Amino acid sequence: MTDRPPLRAAIVGAGPSGFYAAGQLLAVGDPEFAVDLYDRLPTPYGLVRSGVAPDHPKIKSVTRAYDKTTAHERFRFFGHVELGSDITRRQLLDHYHVVLYTLGCSIDRRLGIPGEELLGSHAATEFVAWYNGHPDHSGLEVDLQATQVVVVGAGNVAIDVARMLALAPSELAVTDTADHAIEVLEASSIEEITILARRGPLQAAFTNPELLEMGVLERADLEVVGGELDELSALALAEADKTRRRNVEILQEYAARPKTGKPITVRFRFLGSPVELLGDENGNVRGVKIEKNAIAARDDGSLAARGSGTFDEIPAQLVFRSIGYTGQPVGDIPFDERRGLIRNEGGRVTDSDGTHRVGEYVSGWIKRGPSGVIGTNKKDSQDTVTRILEDVATGRINEPISDDIEALIATHAPDAVTWEGWRAIDAIETAAGEESAPARPRVKLTDWDALRDAASSSATRT
Amino acid sequence: MAYVIAEPCIGTKDNSCVEVCPVDCIHPTPDEPGYDAVEHLHIDPDECIDCDACVAACPVDAVFAGDQVPEELERFAQINADYFASP
Repeated sequence: MTDRPPLRAAIVGAGPSGFYAAGQLLAVGDPEFAVDLYDRLPTPYGLVRSGVAPDHPKIKSVTRAYDKTTAHERFRFFGHVELGSDITRRQLLDHYHVVLYTLGCSIDRRLGIPGEELLGSHAATEFVAWYNGHPDHSGLEVDLQATQVVVVGAGNVAIDVARMLALAPSELAVTDTADHAIEVLEASSIEEITILARRGPLQAAFTNPELLEMGVLERADLEVVGGELDELSALALAEADKTRRRNVEILQEYAARPKTGKPITVRFRFLGSPVELLGDENGNVRGVKIEKNAIAARDDGSLAARGSGTFDEIPAQLVFRSIGYTGQPVGDIPFDERRGLIRNEGGRVTDSDGTHRVGEYVSGWIKRGPSGVIGTNKKDSQDTVTRILEDVATGRINEPISDDIEALIATHAPDAVTWEGWRAIDAIETAAGEESAPARPRVKLTDWDALRDAASSSATRT
Repeated sequence: MAYVIAEPCIGTKDNSCVEVCPVDCIHPTPDEPGYDAVEHLHIDPDECIDCDACVAACPVDAVFAGDQVPEELERFAQINADYFASP
């Protein structure tokens, strides 16, 4: 038991990595930490709320684990506070011993090909945020009167996009998909969805459950083009990890399945790189020009796509690029443009010359890039917390000049949403879900004003 | 549906799964009582959120999605569940 007041930590970004770090810091006995978890949105949970697909409610229930952290007496949540515009990096360093950035990666990697700006060409990241009701993306205009869609990418987000486009209205109706998206998805005319992968089935980044879900879609038959293993992949198969080997098995089973006359066809097309989006006279996408690839070995033995010099065209009126998320710089926090993340070494924020910015840390995607699953961030955050504790032990922490967080918030973020404010939003959303027919987990508020109003409705409670 | 830890975990108990589980549903953990006594780890079917992280983490391919458990290992579903049942 120590008389020293707790060290103050600000964690910026209330997604999985932020919550894991908060829990891990609060669990430290000596020194004790007080944790303030900030988020730009009035709602917590990051991509668990705005990225995980609405038909994966069990995965979204990971939030129960995060909620346990919020009960700690030294934990506070400040939502609707934006780093840079509401509270600056300097102000955080003036008030906290530790500033941990868990900002995540929320924007899309671009294809970088001609035609990417055509109408009908979209980022999967925006489409996902739109159907998940993210207030910045409620206004997305996506024309689902297209009949042919190409989703570029071989990961779970590409599969999520394809699956969400193929779900039947009855399947959507029981989820927390945003109302504005349900309306548009129900009216869709899509008949054909091509998931376009640069390499082959062994290299695809899908995980097994997501790939298996495609095989039980009510409204879609499957096709596989280019699913036979090339020579190099066949040799690599035995040494590949279990998930990849099982992907190959599943895709081979899909390739052998007969069509059953369902209204939608989902086609997995391997070994093709998009080189240009072709437009029609109205400036809308009409097709994707691809270069066919072969698999070749790099010097280190890893398998890469190599263009064959032969081309093909996939007709499409709607294209979603789904080749990864990337991070954005915030203010003057040192940023690695090439890798799309905050400069750091093992979680300590560094300048370009490698010097640690004392008191500043990162964890999660903004630290290591947009890879891994939700649970991957648990160890990642633990590693950063270990660095923080090492620095505390050697005295290499920030020296704040003020401990008056209340004044900081009152002055610069008077509209901050506390945890009670989030619970008020949560209560309104879940009540609306219960009252729906059929019942849904929640009906999301998707508009900034509605979220603000709902959050402040808690102020009237005793 | 929940995931199941099966035979390949016996004698290994690598714990990589515990490190990545987002909801801490794998037990016992190395610092829990009884850790040394158990042959293998168990997934709590009531807490598991089907996120698949443990499958990739396991170095001995001991983890299976509930509906993907090979026939010869099916008994492990009950063994995992029983570990968490009240006495």
